[in-house]
Amino acid sequence: MNPFSFLTQMIRIAVPFLFAASGGVVAERSGIVSLTLEGFMLSGAFAAVLGTNYSGSPWVGVLCGILGGLIFSLIHAVATIRYRADQVVVGVAINLLAIGVTRFFLKLFFASSSNSPRVAGFGGNIKAAGFDNPLLWLGVLVAPFVAFVIYKTPFGLRVRAAGEHPDAAESVGVSVTRVRYAAVAISGILAGLGGVYLALDQHQFTDQMTAGRGFIAISAVIFGRWDPIRAALACLLFAAAETLQIQLQGSHAIPSQFVEMIPYALTIIALAGVVGRAVPPAALGKAEA
Amino acid sequence: MRKLIIVTSLLLAVHIALLFTRRNAIAEGKETSPVRIGIVLDVGGRGDKSFNDGAYAGADSATKVLGSNIRFIEPGEGADREAGLRLLAAEGMNLVIGVGFIFTDDLANLAKEYPNTAFAGIDYALATDKNGNVIPPPPNVAALKFREEEGSYLVGALAALVSDSKKVGFVGGMDIPLIHKFEAGYRAGVKKVCPDCQVIAQYAGVTPDAFKNPGKGKELALSQYNQGVEVIFHAAGSTGQGVFEAARATNKLAIGVDSDQNDEAPGHVLTSMVKGVNTATFDAIRRVQNHTFKGGIYSFGLKEGGVGYIYDNRNRALIPDSARARVEELKQEIIAGRIKVPSTR
Repeated sequence: MNPFSFLTQMIRIAVPFLFAASGGVVAERSGIVSLTLEGFMLSGAFAAVLGTNYSGSPWVGVLCGILGGLIFSLIHAVATIRYRADQVVVGVAINLLAIGVTRFFLKLFFASSSNSPRVAGFGGNIKAAGFDNPLLWLGVLVAPFVAFVIYKTPFGLRVRAAGEHPDAAESVGVSVTRVRYAAVAISGILAGLGGVYLALDQHQFTDQMTAGRGFIAISAVIFGRWDPIRAALACLLFAAAETLQIQLQGSHAIPSQFVEMIPYALTIIALAGVVGRAVPPAALGKAEA
Repeated sequence: MRKLIIVTSLLLAVHIALLFTRRNAIAEGKETSPVRIGIVLDVGGRGDKSFNDGAYAGADSATKVLGSNIRFIEPGEGADREAGLRLLAAEGMNLVIGVGFIFTDDLANLAKEYPNTAFAGIDYALATDKNGNVIPPPPNVAALKFREEEGSYLVGALAALVSDSKKVGFVGGMDIPLIHKFEAGYRAGVKKVCPDCQVIAQYAGVTPDAFKNPGKGKELALSQYNQGVEVIFHAAGSTGQGVFEAARATNKLAIGVDSDQNDEAPGHVLTSMVKGVNTATFDAIRRVQNHTFKGGIYSFGLKEGGVGYIYDNRNRALIPDSARARVEELKQEIIAGRIKVPSTR
């Protein structure tokens, strides 16, 4: 196994996780449960392919993908913030809705229930191993950027306040509602970008192509204890495990069942408090009083 | 709390409404036969470029050739499948076909409730008792099975014949016996023409998601191509789309599955191992219309034209005449029963 191909493959696999987990951190730090990442990714992936197909430009696709994630995140935000619906229940519904809606439009626009036609994408030089794709670089840089926003900006402070103690935030004049709307919208945009990366890297949309990546991203958020950098490291860890499994599978060195289990097993371990206490934002999942 | 219920039920209502959207897919022949046939397609419905389209094509030719009177149902998720079968059976259809192994249990249960209706299941999964003997389906159920290992054997031989590197690859979807059949046949075919060739076989996962993960398929294929593999055979549903994408990116070859997948990456699809879902569907309809339908196991292999590989104008340039001749020779030997293709790893 050559270390260059290991590293490049690991980063390519990690990028969708990095986008989605970074989005998940922002929403959860504001107090809104992010079970919806899978749905945001799927809608972003589909919208990106739709936009690229009709414009011929992957950049238009990126904008459409952002819009796709944003629309679904606003549905989530309205249901959970405006109507204070149970965030877990709405999250599950959003994920199912995304599967149904993308399949419906796939049939409507492309007369297929399995995949879209091939569209343009970024890069593609095999020697560059995927590193000629600007979205890959964006994915690598997104976690440090989110960390900066969360810890070093007034907006980040408000997000954390809304997630830890919404009443205190309200008492000093912060509109918790507005902060949460913004945080959920950001999570939709970032997770949507994760889907965009996935779809444009494949040059097409296929039905349910995110294949559970959104849930792995949530595991990374929890295992990373709601910190953007630690969550990103968790993403890299999960991606490294998958890469190892891909590159060693021929020799049956690691059973694939084991690798698929890793993110969830580590999440349970993290929640059980084995690696330091995993303390979620205090107001996470609670409808604002 | 009331608002929560309102919001979630609204979301679910929209979701369910979308799942039921389907085109009116009632095919009508000129002289319709009094025999009525109902087909329940698998999730996804028409346009899946695979099973559902194959069953539709078989039904379509039955409409044209036999004047069959056919009604289709395209279900959404899960329980709709059973409801679709039940609806057709209750309407008094003479034959009800379920497309895909996922219908197995529902067909077996309904067959007992409607003993005078004929049922057929594409890829019907037969259970075995504790001694390993196959339990036959109910007497009014035709289990339409394919010997995928025979077609896989031929494409395996072809893959080995066209690659110089002595390394060929296999990407499976979910790691289950149904897919092991493809791998076993493929391996045997490779070894037959090139005993010292290496087969790198990998699976995308251990859950049904493994059939819908083109991202994983691409990374698996890239890693195999990097190791010097020149041809990869996939049996992985839409995960295989990633294999084709990797073949394009690295300028190597891939082999499609179930239907002719040449369009997915023209110039990079060596051939496709096709399953005659259309043949099997047509055959079941014909039997019902001729009143020769009997329950039991129907196995479609090379001999029955139930499996095969694509060789036409679009991929002729990729296949040397000598390789084609060798594969045809092997095909005749399998049909004659001189080669027994293994179906387990």
